[in-house]
Amino acid sequence: MASITLKNVVKRYGKGPSANQVIHGVNADIKDGEFVVIVGPSGCGKSTLLRMVAGLEEISEGDISIGNRVVNKLEPSERDIAMVFQNYALYPHMSVFDNMAYGLKIAKVPVAEIKTRVDKAAKILELGALLARKPRELSGGQRQRVAMGRAIVRQPQVFLFDEPLSNLDAKLRAQTRLEIQKLHRELGITSLFVTHDQVEAMTLAERMIVMNAGRMEQFGTPEEVYQRPASTFVASFIGSPPMNLLKNAPNAQFGGAPGATLGIRPEHLDVTPSGWPLLVEAIETLGAERLVYSSMGNEQLIVRIDEQHTPPAIGSTFHVTPRADRLHWFDSTSGKRIEPR
Amino acid sequence: MIERRPVATFISHAVLILGVLVVAFPLYLALVASTQTAEQIAQSNPVSMWPGSNFLETYKLALFGGENAFGGKFPPALPMMGISLISALVICFGKISISLLSAFAIVYFRFPFRNVVFWMIFVTLMLPVEVRIGPTYKVVSDLGMLNSYAGLTIPLIASATATFLFRQFFLTVPDELVEAARIDGAGPMRFFWDVLLPLSKTSIAALFVIQFIYGWNQYLWPLLITTQESMYPVVLGIKRLIAGEAYTEWNVVMATAILAMLPPALVVMLMQKWFVKGLVDTEK
Repeated sequence: MASITLKNVVKRYGKGPSANQVIHGVNADIKDGEFVVIVGPSGCGKSTLLRMVAGLEEISEGDISIGNRVVNKLEPSERDIAMVFQNYALYPHMSVFDNMAYGLKIAKVPVAEIKTRVDKAAKILELGALLARKPRELSGGQRQRVAMGRAIVRQPQVFLFDEPLSNLDAKLRAQTRLEIQKLHRELGITSLFVTHDQVEAMTLAERMIVMNAGRMEQFGTPEEVYQRPASTFVASFIGSPPMNLLKNAPNAQFGGAPGATLGIRPEHLDVTPSGWPLLVEAIETLGAERLVYSSMGNEQLIVRIDEQHTPPAIGSTFHVTPRADRLHWFDSTSGKRIEPR
Repeated sequence: MIERRPVATFISHAVLILGVLVVAFPLYLALVASTQTAEQIAQSNPVSMWPGSNFLETYKLALFGGENAFGGKFPPALPMMGISLISALVICFGKISISLLSAFAIVYFRFPFRNVVFWMIFVTLMLPVEVRIGPTYKVVSDLGMLNSYAGLTIPLIASATATFLFRQFFLTVPDELVEAARIDGAGPMRFFWDVLLPLSKTSIAALFVIQFIYGWNQYLWPLLITTQESMYPVVLGIKRLIAGEAYTEWNVVMATAILAMLPPALVVMLMQKWFVKGLVDTEK
């Protein structure tokens, strides 16, 4: 097992002034055995970053080390990593067993040893009965497990996951998420997991890297990211529905700097007899709770109320009061978090 | 057709049957003629439609050679078929292996002028053997390859069509597969052997069928570069049986023609399943 260090990692496509820079100097220390999720909207460079760690993309600038060894110039197979791809990338003409054994065969691991390792992985992933099948005879979830099996048998220092759950249906995704968690507890291998799904990120991560437009916006535990988002981007990306961001809030009333953006999560607005007057525009019923889409002047706000509350009628006005200890302040130009005084 | 109208069914069947007759009738005539004696064919007017009783003798004559009515010699078809078979197989395997490798290079390697190379290959599609036959003949004869298997096969091996076909197939192989192989530690040739080649099986089979027939049916090229009877392929042999003499023994000609048709037909029939799969399937 190993730690991963990213030092000023930059990725550019092309050369010279016309080069298209997609990663702008990312720094991160991932501890030995940690499960880190890289999350961000599509096109933010999260997959590129992962592929640079894997060695599938060249590193334009900076260093990536795995276990104190700078791996910039090493081939993927020499980096002691294993990767699970979004579409699984199983060899279609090989049986499940051969798919898992292929890397070991190339590494000239003795046949008996290959057999033991594959059997062990198959047992962990409950693939024992499927070893002779071809990938096309498997369901999506089973293929996904084979892809993980292929990663496990290599006994790597680092697992890399590139959106491995996005091709599964919702139920299977939740189930596989739990399996990945369990697997990580059992094997304790350092893992980097890329996803665009913030629920996946929150549930899996020990720490998460939130990326936006090739920059790392925040690196912290899910609690930190949720409770103290480092920027308006993180605030609106993490949490569903997103945090309300008010540009023209009555700042003085809450002790914020003039001109700062006020952030308040939908679940931290309490319905009260008086307070901010909100005009109800739409209501979504989710079962345990309701989301009230409303407006105050030209600001849009979402309020989360639980099922016991009678929802206000559409077109009517109701009042909410933000919880004073749950307010977030952001610089209105840079979007960065301002710590409350 | 989803409609079930008797008239439409009748017409479509009539057209199909007509088509089959047009294709099959000459074949049937050839088969019938090959079972008769030369005299029977010459006397029948206009053609004889029913099989005769000279089957064994005619084919013996065609296969192993013998004397004709004027004391001349029939060249035996068996060694000529051997020559056809060897050249067709060499052309086939040569074409397939060269195209596989060049398509592999074009798709998976970044080298200078890669696109130029691809377009050069593509342009040669416009230059079939017949167009470049003069210069090719000169080169082959200067290299002393007349009357040899090398001369019969090497100029026909380069194939833009096959390269193009494999290129298109390789482009459909997902990039992740290449990346997975890289992570598994497979080098380029290892990837080619272990992954690409097994995946191309059906395309290879389809090409084999097409190229075998192409190689077997070569006429113009062998006509130019073979001058010795011992190097004639069977297609050339048929022509030689007809040429020259005023009196052609049509039964032997037809028997040789039937014999020349058999191997390509066999290849198509035996590989039909693979052939169709290779052209239709996109199994990956």
